[in-house]
Amino acid sequence: MIGIEHYLVVSSILFVMGVLGIFLNRKNVIIILMAIELILLAVNINLVAFSVFLGDLTGQIFAMFVLTVAAGEAAIGLAILVIYFRGRGTIAVDDVNRMKG
Amino acid sequence: MIQLVSFYIFASIVIASAAMVIFARNPVHSVLWLIVAFFNAAGLMILIGAEFIAMLLVIVYVGAVAVLFLFVVMMLDIDFAELRAGFVKNVPLGLLLAVVLAAELVLGVGAYQAGAVTLGTPEAGAATVSAAVPNIEAIGGLLYSKYVFMFETAGLILLVAMVGAIVLTHRKSHGTRGQSISSQVQRRPEDATRNVNQPVGQGIEL
Repeated sequence: MIGIEHYLVVSSILFVMGVLGIFLNRKNVIIILMAIELILLAVNINLVAFSVFLGDLTGQIFAMFVLTVAAGEAAIGLAILVIYFRGRGTIAVDDVNRMKG
Repeated sequence: MIQLVSFYIFASIVIASAAMVIFARNPVHSVLWLIVAFFNAAGLMILIGAEFIAMLLVIVYVGAVAVLFLFVVMMLDIDFAELRAGFVKNVPLGLLLAVVLAAELVLGVGAYQAGAVTLGTPEAGAATVSAAVPNIEAIGGLLYSKYVFMFETAGLILLVAMVGAIVLTHRKSHGTRGQSISSQVQRRPEDATRNVNQPVGQGIEL
């Protein structure tokens, strides 16, 4: 039978994958945003698993709010990416020092 | 049994596609692997009865966020080979950090399995998961009663995100002749026309 440990292991591996993705693709901000989405997916799996195995629905409600924030963050992040690309012609973010206002 | 088999199928595909997201050379492929990961995570959630979140994952992530990523990746003309330049250099530090983090997380799960941590029980008055009420109905009942203000706040966050994205990316188009309402309204006949008493037989000078 599936226990909560199964889900915890999957979500922790997914979380580590996201962190690793940020470290490996330090220049490519698109992959960094996707890695953040992976991290938030791991968080959601964790919330839902705890919610179901604890028998309390609140976790699923909060998973929905995490999803909302993730969607907003992706939209704003990609918008910033687009204007950054317009200004510089590249999306390499390892030397972002122009954004001083 | 079939539950366990499908759990392992979904879980392994989620992890494999997450690895492909971060290791793929082409960001378009990364986005497509991200979609695979989301679909299989939705499968994982259906497996334990969280149908609403699974549905939301497919609709919001696959239908909106992943497509947004795809649009941006395809629209911008980016030299991806140049962006991968530091990839090999970052591998040792990244792997070290990942191993440390994974070890810590496994330690936490192991501590739970060994009995050091217990799950506890929901508080009295908490909304419980029951097989009698469908998941979507239960979440709807909770969302529009106890968490209605948080629900409104979520809507507000999305509104702010939408306004922010539009303000950030919108640019005034040059070379087109837009309408200026205020100068149209301010225009008076005496500024725009003049009467001249022109003698007959002479040309007019404008």
